[in-house]
Amino acid sequence: MEPHYSLVYVFLFYLFGVIALASALTFVTRKSPVAAALWLVNTMFSLAALYVMLDAQFVGVMQVLVYAGAIMVVFLFVVMLLNLGHPSELAAARGTGWKLAAGLIGLGLLSEIMVIARTKLPEQLIVPRDFNEQQLQKLNVVGMIAEPLFKDYLLAFELTSVLLLVAITGAVVLGRGRAAGAR
Amino acid sequence: MQFDLSMPAQLTSALGPDLLLMGGAMILLLWSGWRRESDEHQRSVGVLSMVLCVLTMVAVGYYAYRGYTATNGVIAVDNFRWAADEIFLIATLGTIAMSLDYNRREGITPGESHVLLLLSTSGMMILAAARDLIIVFLGIELMSIAIYVLVGLNRRRERSAEGAIKYFLLGAFSTAFLLYGIALVYGATGATNFVAIRSNIISYSLEHSGLLLVGIALLLVGFGFKVAAAPFHMWAPDVYEGAPTPITAYMAAAVKAASFAVLFRLWLEAFPTLISTWHEAVWWLAALTMIVGNLVALAQRNIKRLLAYSSIAHAGYILVALVVGTNLGSSAFMFYLFAYTVATLGAFAVIVALGRAGEDNMGVEEYAGLWSVRPGLAVAMAVFMLALLGFPIFGGIGFFAKWYILEAALKAPFPQTRLAVILVVMSVVSAGYYLYVVMVMFMKPRSSTAILPERAGGWTRAVVWASAAIILIFGLFPDALVSLTQRSTPAVSKEVAQRSR
Repeated sequence: MEPHYSLVYVFLFYLFGVIALASALTFVTRKSPVAAALWLVNTMFSLAALYVMLDAQFVGVMQVLVYAGAIMVVFLFVVMLLNLGHPSELAAARGTGWKLAAGLIGLGLLSEIMVIARTKLPEQLIVPRDFNEQQLQKLNVVGMIAEPLFKDYLLAFELTSVLLLVAITGAVVLGRGRAAGAR
Repeated sequence: MQFDLSMPAQLTSALGPDLLLMGGAMILLLWSGWRRESDEHQRSVGVLSMVLCVLTMVAVGYYAYRGYTATNGVIAVDNFRWAADEIFLIATLGTIAMSLDYNRREGITPGESHVLLLLSTSGMMILAAARDLIIVFLGIELMSIAIYVLVGLNRRRERSAEGAIKYFLLGAFSTAFLLYGIALVYGATGATNFVAIRSNIISYSLEHSGLLLVGIALLLVGFGFKVAAAPFHMWAPDVYEGAPTPITAYMAAAVKAASFAVLFRLWLEAFPTLISTWHEAVWWLAALTMIVGNLVALAQRNIKRLLAYSSIAHAGYILVALVVGTNLGSSAFMFYLFAYTVATLGAFAVIVALGRAGEDNMGVEEYAGLWSVRPGLAVAMAVFMLALLGFPIFGGIGFFAKWYILEAALKAPFPQTRLAVILVVMSVVSAGYYLYVVMVMFMKPRSSTAILPERAGGWTRAVVWASAAIILIFGLFPDALVSLTQRSTPAVSKEVAQRSR
């Protein structure tokens, strides 16, 4: 049974979908890395809109804050600080061989999605159609994320923080080692 | 007492020793950042780290002694975990002791290096406990990221930097395999918990699901990289050669042990019903690893590279225990792991003791006539080589370790006669390089230009003698160790064995 969606919903879905796809295409075809990065931000924004339409407002907000915000800013900083923004440097990465390889990988991923879409899922993975609405009525959106995060995945969550601590410590140890041992 | 892992408080108690180590390591991290970087401070952090290791060993022993169990959850509470933990902690203790002297000689001053070692060990302890694919992934990353940094600790040397980059890139590459495998296994079974995976495979009859089989194959490739099994071993010699020697010892002993521990638990708890499927793949992996490791080791003239290939060969022997696929195999595995860890630590401690600043004397020929100048170290090295070879009496527990693997292979439900033959033949081949080292030390004359090695630091000598003593004493009285390892099997596989009986 296909659920019924209002016309506005369908219109908005296609609108953001087209924006996301078009921005993604522009992103990979731009010559300048800065312009490409800005198109990627555009893609992130429209993906965030799609998340909100799927009743995942929290994920949508996170998408904007983390991906479109923090990560892209860091990315642009790196590009500008290291002065990588010369189009000529990128030309080497845009040869026919690379394009062909990228196209093949894209086709591979596409066929994978099609194969998986045809595979029968285990029954326990299939949730009832109105599962999201049911959950939303019980909890608010943040609760839906927080509940599994701090109950089922508590240990994984805490371990991730230790992992980040190790990564930061390691980066500091190596970075300082370079300063002390530089010749 | 049984822990109910769905309750956060009881989950915390079930993780007691792991949290003790992590928390202590974080306090030590603060302490090491408190003072200006110096050799004295590095040593004080190192000694405190060793104290923390001993405390954690006591905690693990206490948990094992109380015989705690747990409901099915993200982690397991069983003797397999405690036995593996003790082995990791022994390896860490030895590594830190060696590092104290090594860091002084090489001018490595950050005290954080010891803390990173402790945090890496906590990742291994998580791995030994993990009963959920997500925890497996996080444990592997926690362990590996700290090691990537430690390999590159001695950045002034080109080879150390090269080793670090190689290890990092290939480590990330293998993690991708592992992660993809985890995703496919989850996709096929709808579960990340080992026990749930097994029951879902049975109840949805997924034995021939392509998604699941590809997932298992990718997991095997990922773990193959981590334990350096042929044909995924190419990174090991370069990385082992480039890394600071104590870290090489740690990688050869503890990192390998942890990857094997989680591989055993995953295979015995999640995929026991698929044994007919993965059996063939693991069989070839074991055979190939034994053959490649031993044959290539014959050609090595650098002692660190020689031990790297020897460790690849030992990964093959341990895989034989996995092919067996029963509790007999897993207790033989635990015994082997103990013997191998102690012998490897000892051998690398001798290398640290004989090394010079800059580590330019790693050729086996440098050890010519060692008997005439440093008889103690020469005898100890001979013991370690014979233990790795599996020689009776003088090789101590090394002999029994190989014996139990052979016994497990022959007593298995499907006797692995051909694999046992390969194991024995390859052990004979390995005599070619282990005995070569012994021969060089005792029978070749010392060249007149050779420099007398400096007297090694006290901590390094302590590691050498403690390892040699453990090997020889347990070699004479192996029974206590055998009964311990016989009880150290994954809890769930025991139930499976009983039910199928």
